[in-house]
Amino acid sequence: MARPVQYNTKVKTVEIPEGYSGEGFFATSFDKAIGLARKNSIWPLPFATSCCGIEFMATMASTYDLARFGAERMAFTPRQCDLLMVMGTISKKMGPVLRQVYLQMAEPRWVIAVGACASSGGVFDTYSVLQGIDQIIPVDVYVPGCPPRPEAIIDGFMRIQDLIGQESLRRRHSEKYKELLNSYGIQ
Amino acid sequence: MSLTNDYIKQRLTDKFGEAVSQVEETFGMLNFTVPKDLNLKVMQFLYDDEELQFRFLTDLTAVHYPDRKGEELAVVYHLYNFAQRVRLRMKVYTSVEDPRVFTATRLFESANWMERETYDFFGVNFVGHPNLKRILNVDEMDYFPMRKEFPLEDQSRIDKDDEMFGRGGHIGI
Repeated sequence: MARPVQYNTKVKTVEIPEGYSGEGFFATSFDKAIGLARKNSIWPLPFATSCCGIEFMATMASTYDLARFGAERMAFTPRQCDLLMVMGTISKKMGPVLRQVYLQMAEPRWVIAVGACASSGGVFDTYSVLQGIDQIIPVDVYVPGCPPRPEAIIDGFMRIQDLIGQESLRRRHSEKYKELLNSYGIQ
Repeated sequence: MSLTNDYIKQRLTDKFGEAVSQVEETFGMLNFTVPKDLNLKVMQFLYDDEELQFRFLTDLTAVHYPDRKGEELAVVYHLYNFAQRVRLRMKVYTSVEDPRVFTATRLFESANWMERETYDFFGVNFVGHPNLKRILNVDEMDYFPMRKEFPLEDQSRIDKDDEMFGRGGHIGI
């Protein structure tokens, strides 16, 4: 009797980018090939300070499983990470710490603000809380909610993937990008 | 022998006379006010006395009363007697223009951080404190946020609609 071995037949592969293919070769642009690789192997850095961080734990766990999107590897060192996920209330005293973490990340880097507090200060309209992390670092995607459900965090993550996949390799060297960083007093 | 509030009151008036004022009892806890120059003397007396033995500073904070001219800031000391399990509350009033009060750090080590916190939020200047600087708020903060003249809300906010937060709009209280 055959052993009940089950093969994973539902393997999902990403679509081949636009390009030119012939006998034994395939040609496409660097932008597309590198974008494809980057967007499906994001290393997130969770910067969780409060309840949105708890939702993020659910997002990482088996039910929602962020690893399906190629983000298997959480790293807790900013130097190796591509995506800074800020989840929770950032007080003004925490601001310089967050900024330091952002500065330690290597280019290219992306930032996602998860939840009302990280996006705008949320209900904490008070003297001690930073009114949105975009006052100190540039943010790519904002996820609304207080706290957002794991689906919302995954949606935000997929939007980051879209941004990464479509990003031009020249963007980080452009004047416009340097202007953006300068407006935050970086470099 | 148990330590009663009446006895503590008696001992204080015997020792300091008229200086101890506004003596009252709320929820079984003794309250009194002393002039700010005497705060250390009274605490030392409560500490050293063999019967009173108030040797633990439970809490130290301040209250801002903007309407009381000349005594806007009240510094509140909560003292505790471990042996008899008795608490009391001592208040010292100072004006907001000259918020100088003697530090209790010589008497209680625990006063160090609590006085820093009180300085941080109310701007009480504790004379003789070894390290009087902000403890909880950002160092760049240039005001004392718990004083009543400063609104609770962050004044640097630019993207919050007051009406949506129930302030300044037509719903307001």
